[in-house]
Amino acid sequence: MADKLLEVENLEVEFRITDGVVKAVNGLSFSVERGETVAILGESGSGKSVSAQAIMGLIPSPPGFITGGSIKFEGVDILELSEEERRLIRGNKIAIVFQDALSSLNPVFTVGWQIGEMFRKHRGASRKQARFSAIELMERVKIPDAKGRVNAYPHEFSGGMRQRIMIAMALALDPDVLIADEPTTALDVTVQAQVMDLLQELQADLGMGLVLITHDLGVVAEVADDVVVMYAGRGMEVGSTREVFGNPAHPYTEGLMSSIARTDIHVERLVPIKGSPPDLLRIPSGCAFRPRCPYVQDDCAREVPPLITIGSGDRATACLHWEEVYNASEVRL
Amino acid sequence: MTEISLDSEPVTIEAEEELQDVEERSLTADAWLQLRRRPLFWICVAIIAVLVVASAFPGLFTDLDPQIGDQRNNLQKPSSEHWFGTDLLGRDQFARVVYGARVSIVISLIVTFSAAAIAVTFGSLSGYYGGRVDSIISRITDVWFAIPTVLGGIVMLQLFAQRNILTVSLVIIVFGWPTMLRLVRSAVISVKNADFVDAARALGASDRRIIGRHILPNALTPLLVYMAITFGVVIAAEAALTFIGVGLRKPAVSWGLIISDSRGRIQTHAFLLLYPGIVLSMAVFSFILLGDLLRDAFDPRQR
Repeated sequence: MADKLLEVENLEVEFRITDGVVKAVNGLSFSVERGETVAILGESGSGKSVSAQAIMGLIPSPPGFITGGSIKFEGVDILELSEEERRLIRGNKIAIVFQDALSSLNPVFTVGWQIGEMFRKHRGASRKQARFSAIELMERVKIPDAKGRVNAYPHEFSGGMRQRIMIAMALALDPDVLIADEPTTALDVTVQAQVMDLLQELQADLGMGLVLITHDLGVVAEVADDVVVMYAGRGMEVGSTREVFGNPAHPYTEGLMSSIARTDIHVERLVPIKGSPPDLLRIPSGCAFRPRCPYVQDDCAREVPPLITIGSGDRATACLHWEEVYNASEVRL
Repeated sequence: MTEISLDSEPVTIEAEEELQDVEERSLTADAWLQLRRRPLFWICVAIIAVLVVASAFPGLFTDLDPQIGDQRNNLQKPSSEHWFGTDLLGRDQFARVVYGARVSIVISLIVTFSAAAIAVTFGSLSGYYGGRVDSIISRITDVWFAIPTVLGGIVMLQLFAQRNILTVSLVIIVFGWPTMLRLVRSAVISVKNADFVDAARALGASDRRIIGRHILPNALTPLLVYMAITFGVVIAAEAALTFIGVGLRKPAVSWGLIISDSRGRIQTHAFLLLYPGIVLSMAVFSFILLGDLLRDAFDPRQR
């Protein structure tokens, strides 16, 4: 328990808008340890980013409300803290890297100024020191000619370089947990790989916990120790990446696995998941995946399937009929 | 092969130069590049510079005293000695116009910056926090907006026993801030949802820092433009209030007073009204045009 840096339990977030209540997150649980990478995997609109914002305390309220669950950082529920106490956690303890690095940087200040601001404000560094630290950090995230580029403006950098600047800013205060919200989505494939490599390397060096939010199965398979598969705002399956990807115990995970092309096994045809994700204003009763599930049975509509611990204990799935899925996927492999 | 490598060398030098050129270009630098190519901008700047110098050092433009005249020389037509002619008391009209610039510039400075300070303070609070704070500030602004400036100004100025630069400025501030406040408020609202504001918050910035360092610098351009325009409008407003008799009083020297004094002589001695009028119009026009040019320069879509 002591190693658990960040522990999210049964998180529920909803947005009350004029059309009704959008249940963006309906029960998400996961935990990160020091030096561990946890991926939150899900398609667009599955509540990944909202969960990240909830952890950072960035949900605009109203209309957003955290209606249930807890977010514990080093054993303390940060949802109970005052706004001022939470502000001190942001950046210092938990930092975040957003998807779109251009719009996440202030267009009217140089990148060196923006990175240095972290040191000046939080650490009381002088202008000179801050500038020096900014250059050091820029070198750390492998920006070529950091000395020459420290006075450049965000729009003068390429997408990958901007993302590196964002990472540098997030790392400035040596956070314990770094949340990367789709850090590579806006980048092209080669740059994606570089940025992911950089994140992994920095994580190993600094021993942070990394929460990687993504829809990219390949990235998850490559870098994540653990994975949480989200669907319609709910964590459907949790476990080590190897186990979850190798032998899914939830029909949705299984669907995802059979929809990707793999080089290690031969498949005749990729099988897409039929249908489309539910409208979060009108989530089906019972299991949200029910209308698209090939294993659906009558009892699926009755109640929201609880997260059942299976196997070794680190693994859990929210499916009443997980054994069927589990056995079927084992056979197929 | 050697030829290629020879060729490629100057190219890299050029690319480096280009890179350095790119590095210096921020929005302000871009706007400056845009502005300095426009002759109109320089005309405005020249007129404004002359006005500012005249208000600071009127002695540079004329040796004559605006208050003392020779009554034997009254109502003279413009000549090489008296460029704008002389008034009823024989005072040199040109000297009076030169000395009058100070009043206009000082009042414009006081009003523009005070109104901007009010607008920035309350406009950013209103725009950033929204909700109840916004409702209260915006409703007060709306109510204020409904009062006609000239009528309000007349009523308020009647209350003052003494009417000098400060009281006239105060009245124009009191009725001038609502538009600016709305401008700042809407600019703040348009910036506050930008990702970099969220990013700053995610990295632990306080509200004050977010407003001061991240929102305001990105929202200031429209205010800057409007301030330039306000500068011109205030010059006209002071002249207007003084003209209808509720602004400055003699023995002050102001464009409004000069024009007001001369209005009865438009048929006999039109020059007494004409030259101060032209100077006033040019001053107002320069500031308003400068505002327009700034707006064009700061808005990339206008290019």
